[in-house]
Amino acid sequence: MAAEATTEAGSTPYLVIQNLTKKFGAFTALADISLDVFEREFVCFLGPSGCGKTTLLRAIAGLDIQTTGSINQAGRDISALPPAERDFGIVFQSYALFPNLTVNKNVAYGLENRKLPAAQIKSRVEELLALVGLTDQGIKYPAQLSGGQQQRVALARALAISPGLLLLDEPLSALDAKVRGHLRREIKDLQERLRVTTIMVTHDQEEALTMADRIVVMDQGVIEQIGTPKEIYGAPATAFVADFIGTMNFVPGTVEEGGTVKVGNVKLKCNTGGNAAGADITFAIRPEDINAIDFETGENVVDVEVTFMEFLGSFCRVNLGGDALGGQDLRADFSINLMRRKSMEVGSVLPVYFPPEFIRVYARS
Amino acid sequence: MSQTAVAIAAPAVVKPKVGRDDWIMRLCMAGIGVFLAVAVLLPLYTMLSKSLENKDGDFIGLANYAEYFNTPALFLSGINSLYISVICTVIVLGTAFVYGYALTRTDMPFKWFFRLVAVVPLLTPSLLSGISLVYWFGRQGVARELLLGESIYGPIGIIIGSSYWVFPHALMIVITALSITDARLYEAATALRTSAVKTFFTVTLPGCKYGLISAGFVVFILVFTDFGVPKVIGGNFNMLATDIYKQVIGQQNFQMGAVVSVILLVPAVIAFSVDRIVQRKQVALLSARAVPYQPKPNRKLDMAMLAFCSFVALLILLMIGMAQYAALITFWPYNLELTLGNYDFDLANGGGWDSFFNSVRMSLYTALFGTIIIFFGAYLVEKGRGFVAGRSTFHAIAMLPLAVPGMVLGLSYIFFFNNPANPFNFIYGTMVILVVATVAHFYTVSHLTAVTALKQMDAEFESVSASLKTPFYRTFFVVTVPVCLPAILDVSMYLFLNAMTTVSAVVFIYSTETTLASVAVLNMDDQGELPFAAAMAMTIAYTCAAARILHMLLSRGITRSTQAWRTR
Ligand SMILES: Nc1ncnc2c1ncn2[C@@H]1O[C@H](COP(=O)(O)OP(=O)(O)OP(=O)(O)O)[C@@H](O)[C@H]1O
Ligand SMILES: [Mg+2]
Repeated sequence: MAAEATTEAGSTPYLVIQNLTKKFGAFTALADISLDVFEREFVCFLGPSGCGKTTLLRAIAGLDIQTTGSINQAGRDISALPPAERDFGIVFQSYALFPNLTVNKNVAYGLENRKLPAAQIKSRVEELLALVGLTDQGIKYPAQLSGGQQQRVALARALAISPGLLLLDEPLSALDAKVRGHLRREIKDLQERLRVTTIMVTHDQEEALTMADRIVVMDQGVIEQIGTPKEIYGAPATAFVADFIGTMNFVPGTVEEGGTVKVGNVKLKCNTGGNAAGADITFAIRPEDINAIDFETGENVVDVEVTFMEFLGSFCRVNLGGDALGGQDLRADFSINLMRRKSMEVGSVLPVYFPPEFIRVYARS
Repeated sequence: MSQTAVAIAAPAVVKPKVGRDDWIMRLCMAGIGVFLAVAVLLPLYTMLSKSLENKDGDFIGLANYAEYFNTPALFLSGINSLYISVICTVIVLGTAFVYGYALTRTDMPFKWFFRLVAVVPLLTPSLLSGISLVYWFGRQGVARELLLGESIYGPIGIIIGSSYWVFPHALMIVITALSITDARLYEAATALRTSAVKTFFTVTLPGCKYGLISAGFVVFILVFTDFGVPKVIGGNFNMLATDIYKQVIGQQNFQMGAVVSVILLVPAVIAFSVDRIVQRKQVALLSARAVPYQPKPNRKLDMAMLAFCSFVALLILLMIGMAQYAALITFWPYNLELTLGNYDFDLANGGGWDSFFNSVRMSLYTALFGTIIIFFGAYLVEKGRGFVAGRSTFHAIAMLPLAVPGMVLGLSYIFFFNNPANPFNFIYGTMVILVVATVAHFYTVSHLTAVTALKQMDAEFESVSASLKTPFYRTFFVVTVPVCLPAILDVSMYLFLNAMTTVSAVVFIYSTETTLASVAVLNMDDQGELPFAAAMAMTIAYTCAAARILHMLLSRGITRSTQAWRTR
């Protein structure tokens, strides 16, 4: 834990989740989740529908308290506390704006309870609305705003009480693609400016990759991997993560002596990921990491046959097969430029290079 | 803090801390729970135990029941009740379905008129249809020849009268079921060139299946447990509800009254439980993106429907029209001169104007306190956090009153509250017990209306409010109540109308100080003061109509003043 903390450049763990389990009757929605979130960090929970992201977020908020396990926030054990005694602001997918209150009233809702002077509340609301780019929209009702604007109001309302932790549950999923892209940037900017520790739930990998400092990939109630977007994409820890994020080729193989794996009829050098010689593994490589090269022989160079080509604008998706790969097809992405230079077409045979550092090997059960 | 140390320790189940809000909510729920227990559970329990006692209060096991089943006259009433209820269910369900179909799925003209006429029976006590039938088909009735020598006093009268007053109850459920549809299903059917008939059987009927089942059960229970119609028009044809009345009021045989009550309660509870189970199977048909159905003109169908609805509407109008006419006639059938003399209730033996004002007061109290209790109770059930066992128990108890016939509730109140040892004995014979009985009797439908409205609100309002450290009651008053105001008004209107018209729940527990208009109608009928009875029933109808108009104006006012935020 300490080692991890130092890699976060001066951050200290702000939220410490330990061995969290949540059961709904006999069904285990979260199984033994442990996770640290650092101060000022932007963390995304990413995973397929039903994997438990919302459940974890709601446990952190105290809205659905976990069955076992503990949560510490800023050194305080909040495991059993009701939401009102925790320190967080939350934005839901539905926004949950109070329909009968104006934007001003919505944003002021959490402030009015603190018996602040009216003038102070007013100026704070103005400040918040300016922050989310909704100056002059204060007298409108939520129903009179667009989806993106409503989202910003919800954000302003959550931020009004200056929470130590901002929780966002799929805040952008109800919006259309264009607004979503725009708001993504805005939320990220805002978070950086306010330096508020933020956890966002999403099932959109692009969203997670562009916004998060660290991504927590979840599946079926367990954490598959925690890491920066680069780590998650470049070195997916499990076959699930590799499959869920980006595109990945999977081919069955076995580990051979001397740090190689046998795939089809060829041996490829790579990091075997701790699998002993003779173990059945799944060999994985991303389409963009397969290189078409000019030299004909060498380590990790294999002659393959183009079996299928699909034009996708600036690049082509190509299926590579042939005897060397034992009749299995791998997908590769080649630039149009390269394809022209090599006058590639269906049926051509060419050498490709599998860079060892980009090959992932996963144990196969 | 080492990971391993934590991992080795046996995981302790986290016991959520009960926050301040949670405590307040639980206390409130316990309070309303106590109300329901005192108003429903304990009286019913007392009645059950009374049915197992003899006149001296000694426990005699099932002896009373044995006596019941060995008394052919009493046993026959049960059969009669069943058979009348089944016939009425068939008639009313069929009529309500076609009528409702015409209103929701066709382009028939004058829909507003037919909607309006259909609610008329709700404005009057069920007794009114009995009185009206006497004038139409009784010994001196204007249309008695139509019965071809049969007597209206008996099954025929009960079936017609019951069908009349339960019709709107069934219609409302049918309309709701038919309104919940997705036009895209019909577009798909059209695109697949499905015939209209096949579409009806494959899309329309399955879509409203659950609503129809529910309507069927409601009609069955209402008729099975109704007391007003058979009392007035039943003649010598005995039904369970009238038996209770006779046993208790006529023969002062409270034990047998309790036995008959239990026997009345059982089928009602069964019908009700079956309906609940069936309804639970229903999945939400309406996704958020559903497109409302817009009926297209179809001349033949529209005209056929117009004819049908006109016929039904005519029957309704003839029924209430005759009651109004009877109320204005000097001396039927010899002196048909119009007079207002029948409204001089203070001359009648059955009850004076006092009873009318008592009724209005009672109904206002019921509407006011009932709405507060019921809406807040529904809020706690629907929006409370944690405390699942408590909330679902509360909800289950709230469902019970629908299955309890008014007669049964009223009788059990005698047993429970008229006991000097009961700390609540002091409300016996006062206005309070009438209000409590009426709120309890009509609790379930109001509760469900409130729950439905609350369910339509964003489920996260309470979560947001808690995250903003705002106590739940502030959000309740600032957001929940204003947003649900239309439903709150609906609930109070429902309570008011039913309080004005109910007979069965109060007929055993009113006192000379608290006589009621609806009971006065009953007593006037008993005394042979039929014109007074008609006039009193109509006075109730005017009051209810006025209340409904006021309700409509208020609702419209609310809609207008909240237009800015209520867009969808
Ligand atoms: N109150 C509940 N009772 C029973 N099961 C539940 C409850 N809430 C969630 N679950 C189950 O727990 C699992 C995780 O649910 P959760 O809502 O956390 O998923 P999610 O990752 O947020 O998915 P999505 O992307 O669809 O929002 C699901 O299988 C769900 O069915
Ligand atoms: Mg979710």
